[in-house]
Amino acid sequence: MHPAPSVIFFTSLSGLGFGLLFFLGLGYPGSTGWVAFVFFALAYLLAVGGLLASTFHLGHPERALKAFTQWRSSWLSREAWCAVLALVIMGVVGLGRVFFDTHWTALGWLGAAFCAATVLTTSMIYTQLKTVPRWNTALTPMLFLSFAAAGGALLAGQIETARVLLALAAAIQLAWWITGETALRRSGTSLASATGLGHIGSPRAFEPPHTGTNYLTREMVFVVGRSHAKLLRLVAVLLAFAVPIFVLTLPFNHMLAAVAVLSHVAGVLVSRWLFFAEAEHVVGLYYGAHASRT
Amino acid sequence: MTVLPDHTEKKLGLVIDLDTCVGCHACVISCKGWNTENYGAPLSDQDPYGADPTGTFLNRVHSFEVQPEMGLPQLIHFPKSCLHCEDAPCVTVCPTGASYKRTEDGIVLVNETDCIGCGLCAWACPYGAREMDGEEKVMKKCTLCVDRIYNENLPEEDREPACVRTCPAGARHFGDFADPDSNVSKLTAERGGMDLMPEQGTKPVNKYLPPRPKDTLDTDIDILAPLLAPVAEEPQGFLGWIDRALGKLDGKKTGGA
Repeated sequence: MHPAPSVIFFTSLSGLGFGLLFFLGLGYPGSTGWVAFVFFALAYLLAVGGLLASTFHLGHPERALKAFTQWRSSWLSREAWCAVLALVIMGVVGLGRVFFDTHWTALGWLGAAFCAATVLTTSMIYTQLKTVPRWNTALTPMLFLSFAAAGGALLAGQIETARVLLALAAAIQLAWWITGETALRRSGTSLASATGLGHIGSPRAFEPPHTGTNYLTREMVFVVGRSHAKLLRLVAVLLAFAVPIFVLTLPFNHMLAAVAVLSHVAGVLVSRWLFFAEAEHVVGLYYGAHASRT
Repeated sequence: MTVLPDHTEKKLGLVIDLDTCVGCHACVISCKGWNTENYGAPLSDQDPYGADPTGTFLNRVHSFEVQPEMGLPQLIHFPKSCLHCEDAPCVTVCPTGASYKRTEDGIVLVNETDCIGCGLCAWACPYGAREMDGEEKVMKKCTLCVDRIYNENLPEEDREPACVRTCPAGARHFGDFADPDSNVSKLTAERGGMDLMPEQGTKPVNKYLPPRPKDTLDTDIDILAPLLAPVAEEPQGFLGWIDRALGKLDGKKTGGA
């Protein structure tokens, strides 16, 4: 899949933002007043900034409100509902914390639940696609949820929790990469099944339908070199998990915390770039791509 | 409404004969021609006369080479457009309800005024049947020429999809798969019509007829032998007269070829 910057920034930043809001909703940290204002402002910048980034890839953003209508069948529509409900509920919780010096516990829990639901629905948009076998696995929601939780705990300053969650997210990331290597083969979709010509022999794309590119090849047929991907995986694991975990074992100070957060965010962006760039869409088979992976 | 109907009264679709298709791309051109002037937004091109031309098409013809275990490879031209799946994944993912499957005839359509151009339906389609138009920024797909097949302003023989009407090889057939006696149902039954990517669970309505098995020849006979045998020992008739006349000019005796 084409790794579009708008979608990479959207999923990464809003994941972090909703992760932070999740912990704020649970009351960790339970700070009030100006300190709470800084935490909530950061969470809203990330979550809303990410959502705004996502509208950049729409052809008709002015019709975006229509996306709230199909929650019965569409994960994208459910995501829109969950995001708005989470932001509204946590907004009220934030008002209480910043201006009234109180934490409305039940409302906080409800807000936290919708934050988790937002990340889950985002991940389901990708998970549901049988056409992208690498995404079509229960590990994908676990990947998104663990990333959001780890990043949220880190931003919320929950050092002990963050260390555990970062390690958990790293483990899920590794499992996701390992199982992803064989996902296309295990899906059973190949050029033989795509053309129905497998009973004659071994098919090969001989001639594309046109000499130039098209929407499909630009959007869905993206191939990243194996050695290139391996290097980026190493960079992602080091930045997103290894550096923050190491920094969190050192005596706490705000500069080091900033290093841990920035390193984590950079690592998540690299991981998310790979999430798209490495994902093989089965339509690529018609264009002669991914044959070595089927 | 992006929930799929439980049942459609008709199942309109195409049969594409991979044995007959000659790969002329006439269906591609007639599709673009009809659909750029009629239903919905036109099918735009970007940089059509420049260095990097690209554009929206609802029907494209691939060519595949198939190498059997023994013998020569076979070249197969492969037209591909929307298969109007019974379990269309492109419909259920749509957040706005712009994508829908009609209960009356099973045609999968896009309501372009509701489309936000998110592209998720194109991701959900395993066949590459949907393309976002570069100019209009809405999703375009095969409509099965919904504006032809019911159009009483057209002569009856034109009330079929433009690709079917134009195919010079008769490789494309249009009909109702819900009717077991229709032309397309019969062709599918007789020729072993198949689904593309059945493992994706989309239950495509369109069927593809596999190429017929190639004739096999007895390998003991040299197939070139009849061509190598001399056709005539001595030139006869007019050619014979020229040969003899030229031979006399040369002062040589004429002979056989």
